[in-house]
Amino acid sequence: MITKDTYTFKILRYDAKAPDEKPEFQLYRIKVIPGLTVLAMLIRIRDEIDGTLSFRSSCRSAVCGSCAMVINGKIDLACRTQVAFFESNTIILEPLPNMDIIKDLVVDMEPFWDMYEKVQPYLIRKTPDPGKEITQSEEERSRIDQFVNCILCASCYGACPVVSRNPEYIGPAALAKLERFILDSRDERGAGFLKTMNNEKGLWGCDTVLRCIDACPKDVRPTDAIVELRKILIKEKMKQLFDKEGR
Amino acid sequence: MMLHHDVLIVGGGLAGLRAAVGLSKKYDVAIVSKVHPIRSHSIAAQGGINASLANNPDGRDDTCEKHAFDTIKGSDYLADQHSVEIMCKEASEIVYEMEHWGCPFSRFPDGTIAQRPFGGGGYPRTCYSTDITGHVLLNTLYERAVSKRIKFYQEWYIVALVTDNGRCGGVIAFDLVRGKIIPIAAKTTLFATGGYGRVYFHSTNALINTGSGIGMAYKAQVPIKDMEFVQFHPTGLIGTNILMTEACRGEGGYLLNNKNERFMEKYAPKAMELAPRDIVSRSIQTEIEEGRSFEHALGKYIKLDLRHLGEKKILSKLPGIRKICIDFIGIDPIIEPIPIMPCQHYSMGGIDTNEKCETEMKGFYAAGECACVSVHGANRLGGNSLLETIVFGKLAGLAIDEYLTNNDVKADEKIVQDRKDEIEKKIIRLVSGSGEKPFILQTELAKTMSRNVGIFRKKEEIVEAINNIINIKERYRNVCVSSPSRHMNYELMNTIELEYMLEVAHTIAVGAHQREESRGSHYRRDFTKRDDTQWMKHTIARIGEGGGPVITSKEVTITQYQPMERIY
Ligand SMILES: Cc1cc2nc3c(=O)[nH]c(=O)nc-3n(C[C@H](O)[C@H](O)[C@H](O)COP(=O)(O)OP(=O)(O)OC[C@H]3O[C@@H](n4cnc5c(N)ncnc54)[C@H](O)[C@@H]3O)c2cc1C
Repeated sequence: MITKDTYTFKILRYDAKAPDEKPEFQLYRIKVIPGLTVLAMLIRIRDEIDGTLSFRSSCRSAVCGSCAMVINGKIDLACRTQVAFFESNTIILEPLPNMDIIKDLVVDMEPFWDMYEKVQPYLIRKTPDPGKEITQSEEERSRIDQFVNCILCASCYGACPVVSRNPEYIGPAALAKLERFILDSRDERGAGFLKTMNNEKGLWGCDTVLRCIDACPKDVRPTDAIVELRKILIKEKMKQLFDKEGR
Repeated sequence: MMLHHDVLIVGGGLAGLRAAVGLSKKYDVAIVSKVHPIRSHSIAAQGGINASLANNPDGRDDTCEKHAFDTIKGSDYLADQHSVEIMCKEASEIVYEMEHWGCPFSRFPDGTIAQRPFGGGGYPRTCYSTDITGHVLLNTLYERAVSKRIKFYQEWYIVALVTDNGRCGGVIAFDLVRGKIIPIAAKTTLFATGGYGRVYFHSTNALINTGSGIGMAYKAQVPIKDMEFVQFHPTGLIGTNILMTEACRGEGGYLLNNKNERFMEKYAPKAMELAPRDIVSRSIQTEIEEGRSFEHALGKYIKLDLRHLGEKKILSKLPGIRKICIDFIGIDPIIEPIPIMPCQHYSMGGIDTNEKCETEMKGFYAAGECACVSVHGANRLGGNSLLETIVFGKLAGLAIDEYLTNNDVKADEKIVQDRKDEIEKKIIRLVSGSGEKPFILQTELAKTMSRNVGIFRKKEEIVEAINNIINIKERYRNVCVSSPSRHMNYELMNTIELEYMLEVAHTIAVGAHQREESRGSHYRRDFTKRDDTQWMKHTIARIGEGGGPVITSKEVTITQYQPMERIY
């Protein structure tokens, strides 16, 4: 029986191992108890209706970054999206764009991680470590706050229009990570490091249309990072020009 | 195809990553994890990590001895004291090391690492990064692992631990994406597979926390220890059971019943809301059972009130908690109290190891939440688990190094290959069952555990649980997986893990049944006192001939802290 609390989940099904079969939406009807999330419903669908449905999940509390997907046209984490939040009783679920589908809602994140690794995403120190902590003021610590919050869920990477036309573009998450280290008072990689990003695959690729900011479930603003990092490049360039003229 | 490694680490959480980072220079190390390492459950830790840095102006005279004392008292004297001393001594160095590797801790005005009070600690010694401490620690260790170019097999899950004649030969892995069984022969194997929260119905743990590693070790004849000690966290959000960190109370939050009383006054007049977790959870449960709780469609609850902390403190110290409350229950803790209930949270018991993370099985090690060293005894203090994972991850690395340096170890391919063939048959059997769906069995198991082996226990209820578990084990033999397809088949993975969850649950229930006393998290309504003459000992469970656990015991190591009554 179809009642007010019966929802239809339209889920994109595809299996890269059966490439001849085209991606297709499959419909699942299920009763929703108020307070349940899209992830909770996906689990019920897999458990009770269709054991072949594939999707990633782990923490179910919006911290592990496993379950980013397109929910009624908008990228978000399935675990933090309340079903009751939508006006209509139909919920359409698709995998994150810009990455190949492995199966159903699971995409191949390899390119995302490759880009992440390109920015040398770790603290680089040259001075020997002190016997205690390297001190850092509260203000210095708070500068990196928003970038520290990134959960690497690839929502921004999936939303980025530049990535979709140029797969070689490094993408918002990696650049936000880079800014997290450049801004860290303890990091000693130096601005010279940005040379490798001084091109269309790197810092100049971004269209600054802010899709990444809209998509981020953790209020990170990758475009801020990109703009700040570009400023460093411009300053360097100006300094070089100025030095030449001075001579 | 068979893979070979000097060191095979199962688990990409804090314990596994720390061990790998230490060993990567000298050995061929690989980490297998069923999720990308950054999705491991360590990411979810909120409150902080303990170390007696003495940075807090209110804790200038803190020392590692005091930390050890608090830990041992908190453990209700079941922890092995020499292991606790090692952990507390290593703590400061470990925290500094994480800081040097880039961990963005919160800071005090003088630029040192910030520290806050936590339950059961006499001093404010919990180092933190707002309320995302696990997130920053795991990111830092993963970053370090990336810089060391450590080999990861991600989204591979382990199906079996291979042992023979007291030696470990490696593991049988399953590549989820390609759907292939892959035997891995390893000179040494380390399990860092985390806790078993999902054996319970109400748990703060991630969905992936099945405890399968503990179950696999047990099935491979490795003894496991103190399984009856299960930590229930006082403050899980009702409904989703997402954790509301102890830091909420560390920062000054109150617990209120339906009479608007701070009821902890009755149970722990000095420590109040910051008494250890076992005590606070029992107090909340008592308030609920005696009718002083609130009602909600999602269940009975108690209020966690942060409002008096003020907007500024909540935004600066507990921003993640606020966001969770808004996203998951539509409540802003600045304006309204948070509805909470106690939930399963942590596994004190686990694979029996010594202070070097060695098990009885040669070449097999365990560290982190899946292991029982034991540093938490009958009750873990908040902030000590993150510490345990990193300290013992490091020490496991040192022990493995020592073993590989002093012995000419050769991997035994044959036992691994033989085991692979067995697993192949097992999977064929699983996908051809015609009985119940796995989730039905899993839900029934979890409900049984929450109902009958929970915060308060008694003989008849535990016996009922044991009978249910045996019954579910029987039904599992004919469990039905929807599709025989092997790649990306999460249902198949869950079904394989369910077998191990059943073993884990069985050892918890049998341990709880045997231990006729109340100690730490294990509370028997029919034996309400701690009994040091009979029960000051660890419970050891081994798999018996008939499939059920056989229980023996093991001495507790006491160095300098004689058992006292625990009053807070
Ligand atoms: C919500 C929450 C908050 C917490 N907050 C704190 C806190 O503030 N302070 C504190 O000290 N402690 C806290 N804890 C406890 C602490 O976070 C955990 O005990 C600790 O992180 C466990 O780390 P681990 O490395 O042992 O395991 P985990 O981080 O759980 O990692 C386990 C790893 O094993 C892998 N794995 C498991 N089984 C298999 C298999 N069969 N095959 C392949 N891979 C497998 C997983 O993929 C994962 O990589 C908290 C716990 C919870 C639930």
